[in-house]
Amino acid sequence: MSSVFFMLTMALYFASTVCYLAYLLRRAETLSKVSLGITAIGFGTHTVALVARMADTGQTQLPTFHEALSFLSWMLILVFLVVEFRRQLHVLGSFIVPLALVSLVTAAAFRSDEASSLQPVFKTLWVHVTLSMLGTVGFAIAFVAGVMYLIQDGLLKSKRFNVLYAKLPALDYLDHLNQQSIVMGFPLLTLGIISGAFSAEIVRGTYVNWNPEQTWAMVTWGFYFAVLVGRLTIGWRAKRAAYLTIIGFAGVILTLIGVVLKSHGSVS
Amino acid sequence: MHIIVVGLSHKTAPVEIREKLAVPESRLREALSRLCAYPGVREGLLLSTCNRVEVYAVVDDLESGYGRVQEFLADTHLSLSSEHLTPHLYWHAGDRAIGHLFRVASSLDSMIIGESQILGQIKDAFEVALTHKASGLLLNKVVKKAISVAKRVRTETKIAETAVSVSYAAVELAKKIFSNLNEKTVLLIGAGEMAKLAARHLIANGVRQVRITTRNFQHGLELAQRFNGTAVPFDDYKAELAGADIVLVSTGASHYLVGADDVQRAMRQRMSRPMFLIDISVPRNIDPAVRPIDDAFLFDIDDLHMRVEQNREDRLREAAKAEQMVIEEVAILGQWLQSLEVTPTIVALRARTEDIKRREVDKIMARLGHLSMEDRAAVESMASAIINKVVHGTMVTLKAEATSAGGAAYVDAARRFFNLEEMPAGFSTGPTERPGAQEGGGASNGAGRLTDTSLIPQSTKDQGRRVS
Repeated sequence: MSSVFFMLTMALYFASTVCYLAYLLRRAETLSKVSLGITAIGFGTHTVALVARMADTGQTQLPTFHEALSFLSWMLILVFLVVEFRRQLHVLGSFIVPLALVSLVTAAAFRSDEASSLQPVFKTLWVHVTLSMLGTVGFAIAFVAGVMYLIQDGLLKSKRFNVLYAKLPALDYLDHLNQQSIVMGFPLLTLGIISGAFSAEIVRGTYVNWNPEQTWAMVTWGFYFAVLVGRLTIGWRAKRAAYLTIIGFAGVILTLIGVVLKSHGSVS
Repeated sequence: MHIIVVGLSHKTAPVEIREKLAVPESRLREALSRLCAYPGVREGLLLSTCNRVEVYAVVDDLESGYGRVQEFLADTHLSLSSEHLTPHLYWHAGDRAIGHLFRVASSLDSMIIGESQILGQIKDAFEVALTHKASGLLLNKVVKKAISVAKRVRTETKIAETAVSVSYAAVELAKKIFSNLNEKTVLLIGAGEMAKLAARHLIANGVRQVRITTRNFQHGLELAQRFNGTAVPFDDYKAELAGADIVLVSTGASHYLVGADDVQRAMRQRMSRPMFLIDISVPRNIDPAVRPIDDAFLFDIDDLHMRVEQNREDRLREAAKAEQMVIEEVAILGQWLQSLEVTPTIVALRARTEDIKRREVDKIMARLGHLSMEDRAAVESMASAIINKVVHGTMVTLKAEATSAGGAAYVDAARRFFNLEEMPAGFSTGPTERPGAQEGGGASNGAGRLTDTSLIPQSTKDQGRRVS
């Protein structure tokens, strides 16, 4: 059952991505309502898909890359819906929903129904995956805010007052969103890394062995740490913060690729 | 009865004519009572603004009504005569008069499309007409509807959303940089008119901290008092930059007062907090080399003008949507007016049949003098029953079709079948135009056919298409 809902969700997120991208270029405000409706339905089917999957396999199986990315996608939509509900920031959907779709499509590529069993660690591993993914959601939102900031900054500087200019929110709001996302994402990633180290210790007997996943995770962590400290102390905000969070998100992606390499390579 | 409008606006008359015709508020009451004193003028409303003078009236007869109102307008100023006035006037009746009021109220006919003042002016004019009982059943309904249409246009289109003045364009831009102006500080360097206006708009939009510096410190102090701000000595303006989120410059200086170095230094002190600089001076007072500096956003007078121009285009686009709404709303109101027309027809029909019955019963009774009281009553009730059965279907149909698109045709048919023509005419919703009138040249109906057109609204077909 979960796979039916999963496919349905993918179709809905795809439709909503198309609508939201069209919304970027069109004046019609109704398009945002349609897109929001599709997204909300998609979120519903996604929730069902996740719960069903948990019921099928969750109790006995390790969290796979598939689950992690599907969860990431689900969280992104959740955050978007909350922000949209509170701020009516329709244009945010044009950036977050496509990202959620990419995450979900990638998840689909890694879907497998084989059960692997490493009973003793699955609890810490679940904690590790959940926390890391929540941290990733924070950085993804910061990334989106950064992209939106740079677009709006560019439009203002070049005085191109087009449809996109009208739809994007004020610069300082985007900067604020960027900061909030990192402030929330960073501690979650930190805890995710610590719990990851514990589960590594249980599985392999060492906390750290510098495989690609761990290496990139540490690099990313250090980078965001610097961004956060720079922001709070010496005013790394606005345009600079936008650039830094976009670079940081590249680190997050590399870490995720490291996870894939690990599970398909020698370390699994 | 007909609703008419006679008037002139910025589109048809130069200011020299408009200013003569304009009725000051103090004389509004007197003017209204003069208007309503004309025979055949049932209701009246006088709208007088700097861009238009219009008389809305409900008149018994279209042709003489137009004449009366024109006479009234010519009489408002000694140096005006009808001949002077006529080339500038427009006349509308029925649907077109109502549509005109809707368009005016929705600011579709304004010099600056989408401006909000006109709605307030209509409300005021209506208030005056109400207090002097110049406005009655029809105008009340029509004007109230016009106000609600204007509100609908305002909320459902973006016609009034964008800035159409340079000073307001500055506020609009500020809102794309700062989401909340409440905690922002404005620094006013120099005090040109436009900068003062922009500062006032910014304050109206939440800015609380205003710092003002002018070459003449005394002047600065006065301004500071007016804006509830602080005056700072002119020599210190560069030091003030770092603390200002919004910098408004408009001095008469012929050189750059704010250079790229000054802004760079300020940005460092501000730790990259964005800064919005507006240069409303010509020649410019802020060095354009400021533009590439990160997180500093400089706009000069040309940029603001460009923004206003774009907004104007946007408004025109939105105005097209609003025009559609006006057409819809006129059709809706037309239905209500039609239902007004049905009631007198039903009353007339009843009176007519009652009259026929009475006459026929009296005739027969004169010959049947021997009948007992009971038999007489039976004959009379038979007559009533026949009459009632004959017109029953007509009555029911008229009531049912009162607000339908084809309602007027039924009213007309009933009037002809039962020969009700001599009864008082109903209310016209047809777009009857004065023959040869400025904006209705093509649609002349001829004065002699006015009673006909008052019974069959010519817009019936149009309405049929819209209201199915």
